Amino acid sequence: MTDTDIAVRVRGLVKRYPDKVAVAGVDLDIHRGEVFALLGPNGAGKTTSVEVLEGYRHADEGEISVLGVDPARADRNWRARIGIVAQSSRDEAELSVAELVNHYAGYYPNPRDPDEVIASVGLDDKRKTRTRKLSGGQRRRLDVALGVIGNPELLFLDEPTTGFDPEARRQFWTLIENLRTEGTTILLTTHYLDEAEHLADRVGVIAAGRMIEVATPETLGGRGARTARVSWLDADGAHEVRTDSPTAEVAALMTRFDGEVPELEVRRPSLEDIYLELIGKTNAAADLATAEAGVA
Amino acid sequence: MSTLTALKSLPSPLKVGVSRTKLEVKQFFREREQLIFTFFFPIIFLGIFSAVFSGTDFSGGVNAATYFTPGMIASGIFLTSFQSLAITIAMERDEDLLKRLRGTPMSPQSYFIGKIGLVLCTSIAQFALLLAIAGLLLGVDIPSEPSKWLNFLWIFVLGTASGSVLGIAFSVVPKSGKAASAVVTPVVLLLQFMSGVYFVYSDLPSWMRGVASVFPLKWLAQGMRSVFLPDGFQVHEPGGSWQLGTGAVVLAVWLIAGLVIAQRVFRWTRRDAG
Repeated sequence: MTDTDIAVRVRGLVKRYPDKVAVAGVDLDIHRGEVFALLGPNGAGKTTSVEVLEGYRHADEGEISVLGVDPARADRNWRARIGIVAQSSRDEAELSVAELVNHYAGYYPNPRDPDEVIASVGLDDKRKTRTRKLSGGQRRRLDVALGVIGNPELLFLDEPTTGFDPEARRQFWTLIENLRTEGTTILLTTHYLDEAEHLADRVGVIAAGRMIEVATPETLGGRGARTARVSWLDADGAHEVRTDSPTAEVAALMTRFDGEVPELEVRRPSLEDIYLELIGKTNAAADLATAEAGVA
Repeated sequence: MSTLTALKSLPSPLKVGVSRTKLEVKQFFREREQLIFTFFFPIIFLGIFSAVFSGTDFSGGVNAATYFTPGMIASGIFLTSFQSLAITIAMERDEDLLKRLRGTPMSPQSYFIGKIGLVLCTSIAQFALLLAIAGLLLGVDIPSEPSKWLNFLWIFVLGTASGSVLGIAFSVVPKSGKAASAVVTPVVLLLQFMSGVYFVYSDLPSWMRGVASVFPLKWLAQGMRSVFLPDGFQVHEPGGSWQLGTGAVVLAVWLIAGLVIAQRVFRWTRRDAG
């Protein structure tokens, strides 16, 4: 794969803090034009990894290339090619939406049109509103406007919809889909599995400082994780079987019960179920390792 | 796309710095707290002191308004530089504005040009207003000798410069944006009391004058007295003269020390950000 196809390439990223190893060897490839979602529980090393890619922190070990440049040695020209939308912000409260977007446009060699950007994030009627008076969702949309004003090739979005109501989240998703259509590569971190499923071409799951799986939302966890579960109730209590042929299972149950099967349910695990199972396994392994280390 | 971007060069740090200055000034005058406690504070106090001490005779035929004008000018410079920068930069760091800026192609130089521009705009506007009120409303004699104004110029420049770099350095002391005012304001207030901004400097106990003479505000105030009080008044100074040479040295030392410290301690992210 050539450099022009790949936006982010990471091999063996390690980042240590005085009290712990935050990232213990992460590999990652993000292709140009794709939306990649990074999932993982708090403290798993997600934010640290992303901040290394953004150039805020320097890795202790590993090869890191973002748009062909090591972020630790990045200059202003490189920064002009990326956009960062960090978690919640409340700065510059006394400036208006239009003042801020126009001002930030002046930082870049090739900015987008400020008016178009304001319109694209749906803040047209808030142009003259001071940011202090924006709602949480409006403020996040302003943050996205400031993140994309420089016309970035790669956009970092850190938990962009935390605290949104369902309607605001849907609107925000449309905004991200439009950016993707325009060809922007997006690295998204999120706690919402439905968000990852909806937006991402591929997802990566980080737990305990390691990338435990990278896959499309449809194939995460492997085929086994998608196995259907058939559950029902009889005199002995609740039953559940995992099966690749749920239809046959249901047919057999129908014969056995001679009609209605009590509390019959056929379920395929959601992305969230699969994710929680992945995380659970990793945590159990980590706990075991800690326990063994404690004994030794 | 990327080749197109490469062809167009980044905006110059100076151009962005000027744009940041405009933004900084706009924000300053929209924030009520800044406006009252940094901009109007010395003006309000000059009015109060002139009224309270209107019957008091200061040596050398100087009235209260005349005596306190240079102190308030010095104090104003210290507020618009040191206090203003120490508080706002601490808040900007805590609110992750500095981190956001660091993630853009804005040059760090542009940020500091913006801050210096802000200090210059606000301190000049404040000085002009103070002078106008002192001269027009309080009957203070404004000096006309060019030599005095030449002295004023270098004292003003050294004062704003040292106050600014010290403010930038001190901005790392408050642990959070909320604590910034509470940490910075008492330091400034204490220095003002000890440096003879609110009292006649020669009336202060000698130990207090000793402490004050280590810090820049005392020399800033004394320098401003040399500009705005009659020359005969210098016999009332503790040293018997304006001591402009010593003042220049002390302010310059603070300026250099502040520059070195600011460069070492300044950070774009919060302390707890690791």
